[in-house]
Amino acid sequence: MTTAKSTAAQNTAAQSTPAESQTAAAKPMIELKDVHKYYGDYHALRGISADIRPGEFFSLLGPSGCGKTTLLRTIAGFEDITSGVVMIDDKHMEDVPPNLRPTNMVFQSYAIFPHLTVEQNVAFGLRRDPRSSQDKQKAVEEALSMVGLKGYGKRAAHALSGGQRQRVALARALILKPKVLLLDEPLSALDKKMRENMQVELIKLQRQVGITFILVTHDQEEALVMSDRIAVMFEGEIAQLDDPETLYRLPKSRRVADFIGHMNFLPAKVVSDVKGQIDVEVQGLGRCHIDARQAPGGDTGAEASVGFRPETLTILYDGQSATDREAAGSIEEVVYYGDMTYYDVKLDGVDEPVRISMRNVPGRPVLDRGARTRVAWSPTALVLFR
Amino acid sequence: MTERSSWAQWARSSAASGYALIATPALYALLLLAAPLATVIYLSFMTDGPGVREVIHTFTTENYVLTWTDEIYRSIMSRSLFVSFMVTLTTVVLAFPVAYFVSFYVTPSKKSLWLFLITIPFWTSYLVRVFLWKVILGYNGVINSGLLSLGIIDQPITWINVNIGAIVVTLAHAYAPFAILPIFVSLEKIDRSLLEAGRDLGESAFMTFLRVTLPLAMPGVVGAVLIVFIPTVGDYVTPDIIGGGKLPLIANVIQKQMLAIDNMPLGSAVAVSAMLIVGTAAGLFVLANARYLRVKK
Amino acid sequence: MKSNGNGLRLYAILYLAFLYAPIILLPLFAFNDGTIIAFPLKGFSTKWFEAMAEDGVLKGAVINSLIVGSCTAILSTTLALLAARASTRFEFKGKGGIMGLIMMPLILPEIVMAMAILVVILQVFGDVLGLPTIILGHTLICTPFAIAILSAAFQSLDKSLEEAAYDLGENKWSTFRLIILPLVLPGIISALLISFTISMDEFILANFLGGTEPTLPVYIYSQLRFPKAIPVIMAVATCLVAVSISLLIIAEYFRRRGVAKTGGKDSGGFL
Repeated sequence: MTTAKSTAAQNTAAQSTPAESQTAAAKPMIELKDVHKYYGDYHALRGISADIRPGEFFSLLGPSGCGKTTLLRTIAGFEDITSGVVMIDDKHMEDVPPNLRPTNMVFQSYAIFPHLTVEQNVAFGLRRDPRSSQDKQKAVEEALSMVGLKGYGKRAAHALSGGQRQRVALARALILKPKVLLLDEPLSALDKKMRENMQVELIKLQRQVGITFILVTHDQEEALVMSDRIAVMFEGEIAQLDDPETLYRLPKSRRVADFIGHMNFLPAKVVSDVKGQIDVEVQGLGRCHIDARQAPGGDTGAEASVGFRPETLTILYDGQSATDREAAGSIEEVVYYGDMTYYDVKLDGVDEPVRISMRNVPGRPVLDRGARTRVAWSPTALVLFR
Repeated sequence: MTERSSWAQWARSSAASGYALIATPALYALLLLAAPLATVIYLSFMTDGPGVREVIHTFTTENYVLTWTDEIYRSIMSRSLFVSFMVTLTTVVLAFPVAYFVSFYVTPSKKSLWLFLITIPFWTSYLVRVFLWKVILGYNGVINSGLLSLGIIDQPITWINVNIGAIVVTLAHAYAPFAILPIFVSLEKIDRSLLEAGRDLGESAFMTFLRVTLPLAMPGVVGAVLIVFIPTVGDYVTPDIIGGGKLPLIANVIQKQMLAIDNMPLGSAVAVSAMLIVGTAAGLFVLANARYLRVKK
Repeated sequence: MKSNGNGLRLYAILYLAFLYAPIILLPLFAFNDGTIIAFPLKGFSTKWFEAMAEDGVLKGAVINSLIVGSCTAILSTTLALLAARASTRFEFKGKGGIMGLIMMPLILPEIVMAMAILVVILQVFGDVLGLPTIILGHTLICTPFAIAILSAAFQSLDKSLEEAAYDLGENKWSTFRLIILPLVLPGIISALLISFTISMDEFILANFLGGTEPTLPVYIYSQLRFPKAIPVIMAVATCLVAVSISLLIIAEYFRRRGVAKTGGKDSGGFL
């Protein structure tokens, strides 16, 4: 997976989604061109190139150690780069320190100044602002209202809960009206309920404020929920940069496919590849034609395999018939979740079982382990990796 | 493609700031500690001159020969080592139960209060405390006069004053907090669930202590031993005041040689020898307990 | 485990009594009417304190101690600020060794340091002993304590706080002034007080490096061989200990306040 290919693929993907073609034409807010960073001998960022659009909610997603936080801090100015170009709003930033960049950051630990009140925290960045103190006070109150902390101004900062601190951090950053807001794993310290609430609130906030948000997270669900586009990173490189749906439906590599949600893989053999139509033989499912767009990763010469998401296959009950293709197998494992049931089905001719998810609606009883079953599938659900 | 200049990168780097800040205190320590110590080592190999504080800069090992072979010095050195050993043993053994108590039996909110109370005496003037022990243990001192006036004894007790025992008690008192704190820190670090697991598997409380608590507390014990042993060798105030000058320890010898007798090379040699012996003893002790110290949580 | 808690508690209390016993004697005999430090007590009297107030040499020694203590406190705390900041915030080669050297006075016998410094001063500068040389020696031994206190204060500072300040538009100096300094101020005060107290109580270095200028402990030492002077010394020592303990309590108060302000956890002292 070379950078050149991903850049080319990015362009095709960008052109293919109509909703973004408007913003794609506008000048990027952030341009990263072949950014490399070394920590001594350790190559942390390996040739990162990406454009981030104004007003978009952009996420950097990847496992720990992949370089996403390093990249964020590079944009913020807290890390120097070894080579490459970093531009924000069409200006070079390589020599600009963090306090002079049009960015503001919400830190993972929130970094609320414990010896100041909420008000003083939020107003901190306005210290050098020439406005009158009444104007500043007004701005502080507006900022607090915007994050849902109206009336909290006089509270001591160190006495707040985690969620409240985060809002103070947001208010403190947004009051300065930066062009880009950077968020370093802002939700990782919160419990599940709080996290889900904050996800929705952040989306609303971003729409309200209208500026570019760049979020770093290792939680793929979070990224899918909140982002306009996601850059999936592994080991210092961007593996794929796309909107959530494209990432989910058309991942470019097995690694990306596996990182986002669950993907089933089946060994496959490419019989022929002619003018946008690929003829594949898939173990357990059979032979079919798929469109070239269903092979977004191109041809790397690796062993071919085919992937599909659990919800794209359907278990056929007695009397039902497949609208497209059908395969047979036996049920190895049943996991009941209440609203969904997950079946591990061992398709005939395949060693590894595949996971199929079925919504539990009337007319769909939970099946037994060991039962024989028929499975409906469609070639359009397949993604080819080779 | 812009290549950052490596000098500019380093200048803004962590290391450069670190060096800039540490330069002043490091220089101070260099000038006031390293240089003087080096001078002492240097002088120990020099010859004493006839004049006051005069040193002839000719290399000689005579000072060391004298220090190590002369009967008087050897006996004083062994006495000093013995005293230090006894003090260390008494102090650490007596300190351990206190540290154990505060770590395991005191509610967490009160722990720092206890530690504070334990360390307060340490912060008062060492000289005053030594003097007070003399007053307490003396022939006409507090203990004797108290016991006499209460009618418990007819004659003042002599075995508590002017001897090794008195010196040991005084030093044990002075260094007690030094011993308690490292042991306490070690005990605090022990995962309580380990102990519960031991009990759960049927061990008695005492066996759990022997087989789990004590080995895990060893780093603290070793630390306590070192913190008490090394400085006590250099103590001359206690033998001077308590011993009345009749029981000189090695530190008194050093002091006399350097000042009263004005043989700085010899005094330096004695000092260096004493430090070497102490350092070796300490090193051996640490090595002997190495397997306990290697346990990292 | 709860079974022998009381036994240990009793032991611990006895131990504390052992630690405090000598100190309790001080006020006991300082207010005692008798001239010998022995039981039975002879009745309440403040005459020793009155005699103390009239002693001119004693007054001089107290002033010397105050001067030395203040200078030592300021010097040590300043050096410690630099060293603690360097060691907690930055990585550089040789850091362990350099910090080891600076902290070494904690475990070196004082006489070795006193002798070594004395020798160097006498050999290189001749007989220039006096208050300045005492200050130099005291700073050497107080700095490690100050570093221990300030390192703890700096450790509890979240590194992101500084970065947040930069991010919001401040530079290195204003960040130090607005964020770092207020948060370590309790630690600074604590370090100042501890250094002052150590210096005020210290005897060995003051004795060797003071030349003809006595500090309070040196003065006390010189009086110890005169039995008549002992009761007055008890009064002096009582005051000295009372002041030391008061300063310590204040220092501890500030240390705790510092920990609470940053929302940190109390680990129980300068460990």
